[in-house]
Amino acid sequence: MVKTRIIPCLDVKDGRVVKGINFLNLIDAGDPVEQAKHYSDNGADEICFLDISASLEKRDTMVNVVEKTANEVFIPLTVGGGISSIENIHALLKAGADKVSINSAAIKNPNIIKQASEYFGNQCIVVAVDAKKHNNDWFVYSHGGTKKTNLLALNWIEKIQDLGAGEILLTSMDKDGTKSGFDNVLLSEVSEFLKIPLIASGGVGTLDHFYDGVVKGKADALLAASVFHFNEISIKEVKKYLKDKNINIRD
Amino acid sequence: MKKITIVDYGSGNVLSAQKSFIKITKDNDIEAEVLISKKLNDVKSSTHIVLPGQGAFSTCMNGLKKTDGLIDELCEFALIKKKPFLGICVGMQMLAKTSEENGVFTGLGWIDGQIKLLPRDNLKLPHMGWNLVIPKNSKYNNLISFQNDFYFVHSYYFDCADKDNILAETKYGTNFASIVGKENIYGVQFHPEKSSSQGLNLLKEFIRL
Repeated sequence: MVKTRIIPCLDVKDGRVVKGINFLNLIDAGDPVEQAKHYSDNGADEICFLDISASLEKRDTMVNVVEKTANEVFIPLTVGGGISSIENIHALLKAGADKVSINSAAIKNPNIIKQASEYFGNQCIVVAVDAKKHNNDWFVYSHGGTKKTNLLALNWIEKIQDLGAGEILLTSMDKDGTKSGFDNVLLSEVSEFLKIPLIASGGVGTLDHFYDGVVKGKADALLAASVFHFNEISIKEVKKYLKDKNINIRD
Repeated sequence: MKKITIVDYGSGNVLSAQKSFIKITKDNDIEAEVLISKKLNDVKSSTHIVLPGQGAFSTCMNGLKKTDGLIDELCEFALIKKKPFLGICVGMQMLAKTSEENGVFTGLGWIDGQIKLLPRDNLKLPHMGWNLVIPKNSKYNNLISFQNDFYFVHSYYFDCADKDNILAETKYGTNFASIVGKENIYGVQFHPEKSSSQGLNLLKEFIRL
């Protein structure tokens, strides 16, 4: 059966890694290619680049980064951050990205999900959802978690699935940065009805948290950033830990 | 000198396939030219052809048909000259006689079988991620000796009419053919160009044919 995926996420700004590996003497620690290669060599099942460049012009540099990465890294690469048009998607896929992750653009114009998945195939369209709990409901946030929308996360995810998304990348804003574990209640509620793969994100701090994300959250893939970047936990450790607990993992 | 041509007919991520072949040939000191092309002359003069494929079956078949004479040239290469040919993902599926993806469509028909939707039975589709590829006993198997994980993204599978054409199987709900083959023609359902070192090894075996 298909394996649970472990995905490190790197924040890239103007073509340089700003949130990435901090513990190795990489020749150029700001080089996304070198960082992606390091993770790939250490057992990452996929790599995710999140472009946090402030301007559109600077985002074009991401296409170059992707192209260079594809020379060296032979595992799937997902690119997200600021993607707003079919043209953006096309440029990134053409440069060697396997998937793109859309967030705010899908909230603004949900039809882009349908257009993109019909045009490029749903396998390469990931929709990222940033959710935060208010009273008893999770609400969707846009613009990197800065703007609250009126969308209820569960409704929105169902709609995204109907529009033809290939995968959901679900970040709990309540958990993100807390190192207290994934929001497994949110994840499992989504898993209840989701027919496409679910990537869990936000909150991982210990090996147990990865396990809980699979068993309690029922996620198909687990994304993490800081714990890997600061070498608090290595990808190899996560994989060994999960494997010892009988989770289906790639060696 | 090898000439590896990746057939360019407007299907998704062909660059990764090219880059993986460049990487292998460089790392192994194999003298080779690796092209992305749809020119008939390039097909004619190739030693190895790779047919990639992403998206819907019918869109891919139509893409191939758009270049006049391309399918004929590919047939000449694979069926008459019997030179090494590798289909990847939908490129593999196009080797089948027909597909039932969004209707009924005719494929190249080089390997007998039909493309069918994976049974859903509570499983998520697409089948996305790393899964175990287990070699089968087949006289056509020159590509893979040991089981290993490869990266898959697909919702349809190749239902082979002749079991001899199944070179490897993978389990996702049901067991399906993850590598098919017949003489010089091969097809892999997964993406070797995205399957780390084991993927590159498989491509290396292919260019050694």
